[in-house]
Amino acid sequence: MCAKKITKVEHEVPTTGHDWDGIQEYDNPMPRWWVWVFYATIVWGIGYTIAYPAWPLITGVTQGVIGNNERTNVAAEIAAWEASNAGIRQQLVDTDLNEIGNDPQLAAFAENAGAAVFRTNCVQCHGAGAAGVQSLGYPNLLDDDWLWGGTMEAIHQTVSHGIRNTTDPDARYSQMPAFGKDQLLERPQIGEVVEYVLAISGQEHDATLAAAGAGVFADNCASCHMENGKGDREQGAPDLTDAVWLYGGSRQAITYSVNNARFGVMPDWAGRLSEADIRAVSWYVHSLGGGE
Amino acid sequence: MSILDKHKKIETHATLLMVLAFLVVTIGGLVQIVPLFYLENTIEKVEGVRPYTPLELAGAQVYKNEGCYGCHSQMIRPMRDEVTRYGHYSLAAESVYDKPFQWGSKRTGPDLARVGGRYSDEWHVDHFTDAKQVVPESLMPPYGFLKNKVIDGKFIADSLKASRIVGIPYTDEMIENAQADFLAQANPDADSSGLEERYGEAAFGRAVNVRNFDGSPKITEMDALIAYMQVLGTMVDFSTFTPDPLR
Repeated sequence: MCAKKITKVEHEVPTTGHDWDGIQEYDNPMPRWWVWVFYATIVWGIGYTIAYPAWPLITGVTQGVIGNNERTNVAAEIAAWEASNAGIRQQLVDTDLNEIGNDPQLAAFAENAGAAVFRTNCVQCHGAGAAGVQSLGYPNLLDDDWLWGGTMEAIHQTVSHGIRNTTDPDARYSQMPAFGKDQLLERPQIGEVVEYVLAISGQEHDATLAAAGAGVFADNCASCHMENGKGDREQGAPDLTDAVWLYGGSRQAITYSVNNARFGVMPDWAGRLSEADIRAVSWYVHSLGGGE
Repeated sequence: MSILDKHKKIETHATLLMVLAFLVVTIGGLVQIVPLFYLENTIEKVEGVRPYTPLELAGAQVYKNEGCYGCHSQMIRPMRDEVTRYGHYSLAAESVYDKPFQWGSKRTGPDLARVGGRYSDEWHVDHFTDAKQVVPESLMPPYGFLKNKVIDGKFIADSLKASRIVGIPYTDEMIENAQADFLAQANPDADSSGLEERYGEAAFGRAVNVRNFDGSPKITEMDALIAYMQVLGTMVDFSTFTPDPLR
């Protein structure tokens, strides 16, 4: 219990009359400004639910008198954006792929739009600078070493339909046999053919084994990589004679490739990007340095 | 002010206060929650949306176990920049079979609502193993250990059963064949016709992805997670479906 009863001081605000164990409560009103703001928020709240979609009814919700709707808003915003570029985008679609460069304004648009598309959709594999990821199988797009061709038509085809994906029936397709895993070649033969590949790519190699590997190569590899090892773009078979390697050019990496084969996949973009965007990004990739 | 004068009665009567407070909260709750169960726009059904296959469901569990939601959202908002970057804005129906939904509220990494089919399986393996080798500026921690966590789907039928209790329409047939479907989806050489029949084109308009997702012979959590990644956002065909703007 309280040792001393607190006595009320003169000229103070009255108490509420409540008394708990000798503790009394002042009857201070809320500040007027606070009370008015409180009333104002109630009025605002009512107005808000009238203006915007709010009240659930039996069959739907009230749509609000100002007709604001996020779905129509975003559709209108996208439509307005597209309309602002509609002329030049249509021009891009109508222009022959090889004649885009003839119109400087169109080419500049395609390059900028393509760069934006590339940064959004392509950099995750091909890298922010388009240099790919060497030795992991993500091709460098800056050089003139192309797997499936570097002409505008070829790039456009690759971007539209992708490579070895399961979603687009027109995707580029080829499959290297897993010579080791599926026991198509004996282990010594694989060792020989790896030495041969090292030899034709100008790397340090065992000359005896390489000579033996030439026959293995001609029987098993030349149908795709060609007799001279320069590859075949019709089948996406890489050139094995240069210093550019998709999965690494070391003895170990080549041995792994011969044993297990490689199966690089690229998604198809025709369903995700508009034709104008695909043409723009094709032009951008073509202009990076290696375009043919 | 006669009502306000009676307020003292409520303040000094604990049971009355409790009863009245309960009534107020109940009315508020009913107004907020009940319409969600009958209003068309909140229960909109969209063609193509299907329950996850057993392997994808296992992947969704890995996603939750590893706390992927801490950095990734699965909710494309109706804004031009998001639609341009990620694709069509998300529909409520697309997460109807996520328990709980994975909309998230933070994007340290990108939104994943439509990540399905955007990247190859191999990319996902490389990226999960060490994200920096494909995206140098990435902050994502390595998840390569998932490739060593072998799973056999022994208890996946229980997961389907539990999912059914919370409202996901798995049929008896789906539950009976759960482990078989689980194994078939990650093995391109296996007979996956049953899986395809239950979850595929005939039933939901889109073929099931059947592949060896992680490229290694055993079925691992990596397979499951990639199977889940590759189906995200791919169920609705937006070339034929136009959402009602009033929803």
